[in-house]
Amino acid sequence: MGFTLLYMGLVFLIPVGAFLLYATTMSWETFWSAVTQRQVVASYKLSFGGSLMAATINLVFGALLAWVLVRYRFPGKRIVDALVDLPFALPTAVAGIALVTLYASTGWVGQYLDVFGIRVAYTQLGVVVALTYIGLPFVVRTVQPVLEDLEAELEEASASLGADRLTTIRRVIFPALFPALLTGYALAFARALGEYGSVVFISGNLPFRTEITPLLIVAKTEQYDYHGAAAIGTVMLIAAFVMLLIINGLQWWTSRRHG
Amino acid sequence: MTTSTTVIETNDTIAKRWRRATEEPAWLRIVLITLALAFVALFLVLPLSVVLYGAFERGISVWYEAIRDPDAMSAIRLTLLIVAIVVPLNTLFGIAAAWAIAKFEFRGKPILISLIDMPFAISPVVVGLIFVILFGSQGWLGPWLLANDMRIIFAVPGIVIVIAFGTLPFIARELIPLMQQQGKEEEEASLTLGANGWKTFWYVTLPNIKWGLIYGVILCNARAMGEFGAVAVVSGRIRGETNTMPLHIEVLYNEYMFTAAFAVSSLLTGLALVTIAIKSVVEWQEEHRQRLAAV
Amino acid sequence: MQISFSHSKLFNTRHLSRLTAATLLGGAALAGALSLSAPALAQSDRVELLNVSYDPTREFYREYNELFNQYWQNENGQTVTVRQSHGGSGSQGRSIIDGIDADVATLALAYDIDALHDRANLIPEDWQSRLPNNSSPYTSTIVLLVRDGNPKNIQDWDDLARDDVEVITPNPKTSGGARWNLLALWGYGLEKFDGDEEQTYDFVRQVYANVPVLDPAARGATNTFVQRRLGDVFIAWENEAILSVEQLGAGDYEIIVPSLSILAEPPVTLIDNNVDRKGTREVAEAYLDYLYSDEAQHLAAKHYYRPSNPDILAEYSEEFPELELFTIDEVLGGWQEAQQRFFNDGGVFDDILEEINTQ
Repeated sequence: MGFTLLYMGLVFLIPVGAFLLYATTMSWETFWSAVTQRQVVASYKLSFGGSLMAATINLVFGALLAWVLVRYRFPGKRIVDALVDLPFALPTAVAGIALVTLYASTGWVGQYLDVFGIRVAYTQLGVVVALTYIGLPFVVRTVQPVLEDLEAELEEASASLGADRLTTIRRVIFPALFPALLTGYALAFARALGEYGSVVFISGNLPFRTEITPLLIVAKTEQYDYHGAAAIGTVMLIAAFVMLLIINGLQWWTSRRHG
Repeated sequence: MTTSTTVIETNDTIAKRWRRATEEPAWLRIVLITLALAFVALFLVLPLSVVLYGAFERGISVWYEAIRDPDAMSAIRLTLLIVAIVVPLNTLFGIAAAWAIAKFEFRGKPILISLIDMPFAISPVVVGLIFVILFGSQGWLGPWLLANDMRIIFAVPGIVIVIAFGTLPFIARELIPLMQQQGKEEEEASLTLGANGWKTFWYVTLPNIKWGLIYGVILCNARAMGEFGAVAVVSGRIRGETNTMPLHIEVLYNEYMFTAAFAVSSLLTGLALVTIAIKSVVEWQEEHRQRLAAV
Repeated sequence: MQISFSHSKLFNTRHLSRLTAATLLGGAALAGALSLSAPALAQSDRVELLNVSYDPTREFYREYNELFNQYWQNENGQTVTVRQSHGGSGSQGRSIIDGIDADVATLALAYDIDALHDRANLIPEDWQSRLPNNSSPYTSTIVLLVRDGNPKNIQDWDDLARDDVEVITPNPKTSGGARWNLLALWGYGLEKFDGDEEQTYDFVRQVYANVPVLDPAARGATNTFVQRRLGDVFIAWENEAILSVEQLGAGDYEIIVPSLSILAEPPVTLIDNNVDRKGTREVAEAYLDYLYSDEAQHLAAKHYYRPSNPDILAEYSEEFPELELFTIDEVLGGWQEAQQRFFNDGGVFDDILEEINTQ
């Protein structure tokens, strides 16, 4: 416990505390006008909306992928399993370049989507695709160990008590997985919110349309406006913390109820 | 004869009903697998193919040249060094934090968990800014560091700190749900039987959390290697000195040396092979142990 | 935080913390050792410089460092190792402000070097008059890159405002180079509409309405134009445009030189505070002075920068066609004013983009 707090303090709490303190050195008016510019507000919508969508996609497909990887046998399973971590290992810029190579209207996949009038690159959809990609490992890798650890006896017990498969899943498996699912969701969301490197390649970065908040923070620092950057950064930080708190609180509450 | 057939038939129906209650029907399995694989193809295999295609488009010798370049080698060495420092530190932190959270009850637990999650939510750009504000020569500790001729940012320690920051939650976050799900009965049993805390941890807790720990380490490792945004701010981008692999890839890309950029990226995708290796070894050990136990 | 200690004997933390301490120490020692090996070796027969520069100068300075090393060895018998750092001009400027040990800065625009004085007082205010030609040993200008055969028949800036033309240019808020693009466009507008600001604004707005993607950095925009094959015309620095034609496919692109453009002056400076602390002033000054030597001027021309020495520039008249050039000081009142008016929050660029994208 002591080590936990010490290490967290050194690496995380002190720097972030210093950052928040720095943000408080500006006057309230400066802070408020920096974080409520129309362009900035428009970017919040895209950043939060896009992150929520991406995290939701990851929740559904991540859970599915984890389930398939743990429970079923199929050829190439090991390879698929190993591929899951790639979105972390590839630098975000490389991921962005690879995605735009695929999804631009001249790209490998994009040219076929273009036939149906679907445009991915340089649109909001492109932002969601990039955010889904970079958050993909979270849900899979949080659900997987819990699923692997889940004893077959429990399901068998449920079955021998006459429950059918659906009931077993709903009553036995889902509650066991629920904390992991929420964790994965929260993490995928949080990560998507701050992502910059991959998104700027596949998004058009047009203000009011396809501009994400982290890009605006970069733009602020480019004009040596550290305070403005810190102000927007603080808003993102607090918003993310509140969302995480809600999700973690929910999880804590349910685990108490079930536990 | 007749009786035995009936018995077999009955067993058969029982087995069928049993299977229905514990497994999904074959068609559903196939649908689920197909869906999962389609997702994997779209989001994992295709981007990977782009990278590998780019890396080997002009032959293996061009790929090898790009890797052997002195700047590339120094970037690889730097990245490995950073991983060697950051991953063990975060592993210890992760186990300790998960332990504290999963096995003890205390108020404000969701707050602590949320705090641990925060490094994921802070944009890499802001992470860089945080450390510049703290350690930069215009920052709070900067003048003192300069007076004592110590370097944090624009040198290796700065890169280590931002990467430790960015990968802080991984292992803890992997272990928390797992440990919560397992509860603490086994440890308590072990302690009641007279084992000390360290032994209990080594023989009871560790085997139980093995998979979560492995995934956590793999993820932490992957992210430590791939981190770009925050590092770009604090590294100073000095060629051959403070350029990590992702920064070097950016340099190459900006020099229009696309093949070389993808070549270095392809090394990072090689990490997937490490994942396979680790999992295989652990699985093999487990089987080995079970076989011994069976004997 | 209130912790229930009912299970505290569950786990003896002493072992773990000892292990932790060892790891922490080991990590710190390793990091410390590395950082100690980094500072310059100021021995008499060897000297080290750090040149913090922007992205497109990599190829030029790689060769120039060799050239300067030879020169300095002949003069003083010392070996000079020049360490290079490249990135976006603005972020490189920030690195210097925040304490990177740069001896010299060679950035894309004077605004980023002005900041070194304004924000950290690392250099004197009159830095730009210390070396000839506004401290710019080489210059460039803004030209138009089109696809082979010029299918959209683009001849001058006017064509960029046409409805059927897609224009690629990076975001001037994050890319120093892109600021020159907008200013070139603005200067042309002023000339065309006899100084009428409103008409100029409309003209520039029409051009930006044709921009489908705003890449954050110049080379990203090049790749959008070249690899994604997006857009009909790419606004670029002349040296970048020639480099793209040479490196990314000769015969696939053409350079269109507009009738009027801006003189882009990427300036260089000594970082006085750092060289005095490190004792490298003499060699750093020589490093910058030598950029104006005939050899270095030829080298700049080889890397598609216009030499500032007019005699040497004349030798390359084929590569660098003559065109009418205006400077930022003449038309826009210098960088401080231009930055404030066009690119800071709520400036002309923000207005234009808001008008385009919210309608």
